[in-house]
Amino acid sequence: MDENASARLMRRALTGAHRVGLFLAMLVICLPGIWIVLSSLRPTVEIMAKPPVWIPQQLSFDAYIAMFSGIGKGGIPVLDYFRNSLIISVTSTVIAVAIGMAGGYAFARYRFRGKSGMFLGLMLTRTVPGIALSLPLFFLYVRLGIIDTHIGMILAYVALNVPFTIWLIDGFFRQVPKDLAEAAQIDGCTRWQAFWQVEFPLARPGIASAAIFAFLTCWNEFALASQLTRSVNSKTLPVGLLDYTAEFTIDWRGMCALTVVMIIPALTLTYIVQKHLVGGLTSGAVKG
Amino acid sequence: MATVSLKQLTKRYGNMEIVHGIDLEIADREFIALVGPSGCGKSTTLRMIAGLEDISGGMIDIGGRMVNDLPPRSRNISMVFQSYALYPHMTVRENLGFSLKIAGAAKDDMDRRVAEASAILGLDELLERRPSQLSGGQRQRVAMGRAIVRDPDVFLFDEPLSNLDAKLRTQMRTEIKKLHAKVKSTVIYVTHDQVEAMTLADRIVIMRSGHIEQVGTPGEVFSRPATRFVAGFIGSPPMNLHEATVSDGSLVFSGGDSLPLPGQFKSKAAAGDKVVSGIRPDDFYPTGHGLSSGGEAEVHRVELPVSITEPLGNETLVFAEFNGTDWVSRMLNPKPLKAGDRIGMSFDLSRAHLFSAETGKSLRS
Repeated sequence: MDENASARLMRRALTGAHRVGLFLAMLVICLPGIWIVLSSLRPTVEIMAKPPVWIPQQLSFDAYIAMFSGIGKGGIPVLDYFRNSLIISVTSTVIAVAIGMAGGYAFARYRFRGKSGMFLGLMLTRTVPGIALSLPLFFLYVRLGIIDTHIGMILAYVALNVPFTIWLIDGFFRQVPKDLAEAAQIDGCTRWQAFWQVEFPLARPGIASAAIFAFLTCWNEFALASQLTRSVNSKTLPVGLLDYTAEFTIDWRGMCALTVVMIIPALTLTYIVQKHLVGGLTSGAVKG
Repeated sequence: MATVSLKQLTKRYGNMEIVHGIDLEIADREFIALVGPSGCGKSTTLRMIAGLEDISGGMIDIGGRMVNDLPPRSRNISMVFQSYALYPHMTVRENLGFSLKIAGAAKDDMDRRVAEASAILGLDELLERRPSQLSGGQRQRVAMGRAIVRDPDVFLFDEPLSNLDAKLRTQMRTEIKKLHAKVKSTVIYVTHDQVEAMTLADRIVIMRSGHIEQVGTPGEVFSRPATRFVAGFIGSPPMNLHEATVSDGSLVFSGGDSLPLPGQFKSKAAAGDKVVSGIRPDDFYPTGHGLSSGGEAEVHRVELPVSITEPLGNETLVFAEFNGTDWVSRMLNPKPLKAGDRIGMSFDLSRAHLFSAETGKSLRS
């Protein structure tokens, strides 16, 4: 066998090994998700079986039917939870992204006193675990009378997300060359027009990713929500999972079914938005 | 089309003054090049004219209208950036038409003017492409097209050719010259490349450390540099500049060698004066291989050793050792030489320059 043939064989073997490795890694990553979907369709006996039953023996949609059947028939107010989650997540994401754009743009484009201190301060807020805030926030909200309200949750989530959206969007505005905004101003734009016509479209992938992250943070957040919500007025889906726990039992199948209901919108949204996450949009703007 | 006038234009960042009150009058349809080394304030000056930098003092007047505090969009200028600054999310057509769209021009008008600009610059084939699909030279042309579509009073160019390779740069230089001939507008062109400035401009403004050193036609700044700095900056290879002391009708260099004091400076330099002598490589040549200046009476001949040669085909740069250092000379109709050869060299002193060692100003009045 000549040198070239053996090199070719080697390359093929490596490609094969690479693919097997990737498959195994993906399997590990996806398994919990698959397990949740499967568990939502299996009877509790099978879920709890030891050793585990890998291949489901019987599948049914009972848990989903029960979930929507109303109180007393094994149901929970899932539509209320869903509505609360949607209102709280969407509103706080929109606000956090708007503030993030304004802040990110300012940090990327302007020089002002105390800029780096302020930026560091924003980043430091990220080091505080959310759960540590839940008790102080609880007392504060009780005094303010905004416990168990949408507005209370929205405020908390905006505060949680703003440092992150500012940081992410700042990075993307930094990548948009300053010359472009200047060229736009010479072409007749006001500063405001230059932003919307040129800088915003180019930073859009960054803004979209900030929006996704902010939305998922709100959508999945449990620690704060479990303290600051009480009733169907403001309980979100993750808190709703607790409805499946009773004093002595946990309805694993129902919980998994609700989890699937939670995952589907998040997955859909991420899928829609990820098309906008194309990088390299600024290539060709400057330099030869 | 318009005149541009700068009066005592100043730029400060905090306590640091970058541009020190410059005055400049630019005539209608004139092509002016601002040239100087990095950090001399030429780009800052251009950006102040564009309205991209606030001015700290003085006045800018475009077409008889003071524009000191007007935003860029109200100055009716257009600018070509060093980086081109094309909008990457728009096609070439949209890039060209952007200013018209912002101004709310009618679709027909917009199409017509984009078509005109694209015809002038040969962009017809590229109109539907995006900047990322263009080569450097094409991007440069689109940037120029975007500037001419607006039909501005003044064109500003900020080192537009520095990102191109040498060949393309020469080609685009010619295109810019042709473009100016066609659109006949006032142009202010910033560059650090003196060749670009010499070849393109009607007048050259040489700047250094925020001051104007000299304003003049390419011929003037080349043959009558006002300061030692201009003499060294304009011309390639640069002028041979060496410090000397005037003594008894001759220039005595630090190494002990001397040259006769050129006749035109006899009345201007007294014995004991510290001066800087300047002689261009064109005026210092292997005997018989130079340009005849008509000033044969003042040609001083010596025999000097050759240190190195740089053959360029039609001419050779010969570095000859005089006064302990290498002086560069231009040899026309070259013949082969090698290091160590001793050859007869001619100094055409009628074309020599003399500058005050103290102030750097030319002693020629």
